[in-house]
Amino acid sequence: MRALSDTLWRRPRLTIALLLAPPLIWLGVVYLGALAALLVQSFFSIDHFTGQINRTFTLATYAELFRASNFDIILRTVVMAALVTLASAVIAFPIAYYAARYARGRWKALFYLGVMMPLWSSYLVKVYSWKLILAREGILTWGAAKLHLTWLLDGWLALPVVGGNSLSVSATGTFIVFVYVWLPYMILPVQAALERVPPSMLEASGDLGAKPFQTLRHVLLPLAMPGVVAGSIFTFSLTLGDYIIPGIIGSSRRFIGQAVYEQQGVAGNTPLAAAFAMVPILIMAAYLWAAKKKGAFDAL
Amino acid sequence: MSAVTFDDVSRHFGAVRAVDAVSLSIAEGEFFAMLGPSGSGKTTCLRLIAGFERPSAGQIRLFGAPVQDQPPYRRPVNTVFQDYALFPHLNVRDNVAYGLMIAGQAKTDRHRDADAALEMVRLTGYGDRKPSALSGGQRQRVALARALVMKPRVLLLDEPLGALDLKLREQMQDELKSLQRQLGITFIFVTHDQSEALSMADRVAVFNAGQIAQTGTPEDIYFRPETAFVADFVGSSNILPARLVHRFTGRDCPAALRPEALRIVDTGPLLARVTAMSFLGTATRVVLDADSIRLTALLPKDAPRPHIGETVTLDWDASDLHLMAGA
Repeated sequence: MRALSDTLWRRPRLTIALLLAPPLIWLGVVYLGALAALLVQSFFSIDHFTGQINRTFTLATYAELFRASNFDIILRTVVMAALVTLASAVIAFPIAYYAARYARGRWKALFYLGVMMPLWSSYLVKVYSWKLILAREGILTWGAAKLHLTWLLDGWLALPVVGGNSLSVSATGTFIVFVYVWLPYMILPVQAALERVPPSMLEASGDLGAKPFQTLRHVLLPLAMPGVVAGSIFTFSLTLGDYIIPGIIGSSRRFIGQAVYEQQGVAGNTPLAAAFAMVPILIMAAYLWAAKKKGAFDAL
Repeated sequence: MSAVTFDDVSRHFGAVRAVDAVSLSIAEGEFFAMLGPSGSGKTTCLRLIAGFERPSAGQIRLFGAPVQDQPPYRRPVNTVFQDYALFPHLNVRDNVAYGLMIAGQAKTDRHRDADAALEMVRLTGYGDRKPSALSGGQRQRVALARALVMKPRVLLLDEPLGALDLKLREQMQDELKSLQRQLGITFIFVTHDQSEALSMADRVAVFNAGQIAQTGTPEDIYFRPETAFVADFVGSSNILPARLVHRFTGRDCPAALRPEALRIVDTGPLLARVTAMSFLGTATRVVLDADSIRLTALLPKDAPRPHIGETVTLDWDASDLHLMAGA
């Protein structure tokens, strides 16, 4: 035992190598390997008559993504992910700001508890609870009736695309539940970013003549941007890939996750499933590249 | 007209009286120092002038106009922050031009003014760098330029030299002093370093426990401290207790006696034992024990040096003994 610790002490590089080897093998082989396999699969195609996978390089599967019915799915998912991200950021910012700037001691603990606690319970339980809340017989409909706002709810549900028979089978319902489920993933990074902004920075802005709104725009938001981007990576990519929430709550219009699930399972079209699965990865890569270009990480 | 006036201004945080009924008046064009230990209320006073804190009681006036209900962004003052508070996402030029941008000045105009301000603090050519690429001294100059470009009537400096090393600090002291003379505006700076306050300021307010212990010129503060606290805080003055002063003068109050005023002589009024000595180059610092009262003497380098443990006789000129108003 002593000889071992002495050897490790004398050879720090060996220590680091030993510490890093297991996670690197995991990341390299299991994780990146799986991604590579996915990438390879997406360049194969399926023989629609025999159902056999044709293992020759082709872009035909990717071309299929642009067929109207498939492209609709991609568009719908991306728009939903963007809206969910935007709404999460808008809701998360004041909460994160309060937690970073004002909450101390007991209140801070309460904040962490409040943000994290929803993550302790099963995701499925939460989604099904929302199904009850959003149902036609649910508390939202009841509340709208009590507030004499039934006309508003019905008017909204009568709208095309976002509406439906009830909130629980509308795109609006899907949106609400997505925002609810991913919100903690936005609050925490934004809070961490805001916590790193020294109070003197905001005072300096006011001292130089900036009104609070100008300080928000020119100092606080740019400095919080790395956190917002980090949070949006979660909300955006989690929405892009999710297939359970739109399956339980929402209209029959499908999302990328559901398309992957169906192509891979029922249809047995692994190449198309792989091509669908590549879409969120490419979108995220493009998104991060654009965020970097825009200077979102300048304050890091 | 006074640039800044405090009338019985208090700022309480719960039960803590950070600033307790302070009244002061700072003249236009004055270089004014607020000196005191940490927690004495000097920084809170500065923040009250800037508008980051609101007084619990009393009135603050800038150039005669009450400002306690004005937010910081409406006050004709600018601040150099202790941590400089430069915006990390903006380059140096945009940092300096920030206030002008907020004021709606066109980009070319504000960049020209920012470059002129950078020239004034001798940072020409640094405009395109990020603050993170600058040294501490350079960052401080940027913070100074960012405040001065707004042409404030009062410049507030919160421990402006605290984070700099000794050599840089001395250099910046001279530069701040000449900048203030050149611009002719009021500088108010907060420091816990008494030598800094005495060497730079026209007038000094010594803070203690939320109140001003004494206001005066550096000479007043140094040679004629009014309380034992001031004498003790400003330089290592010896404080003679009332019973000892009574023996020499017949007056019943404590007195301050500067270390350099004490002489070791053959016959004198006070006996003391040498307990420690340290060589300072230009002088020798001797720590003495006179009847359980700790005294410090600063002997010129050509004076004969006593031995540790030796009992010596001390004398001083009566004019050096400065009587104080109580403990």
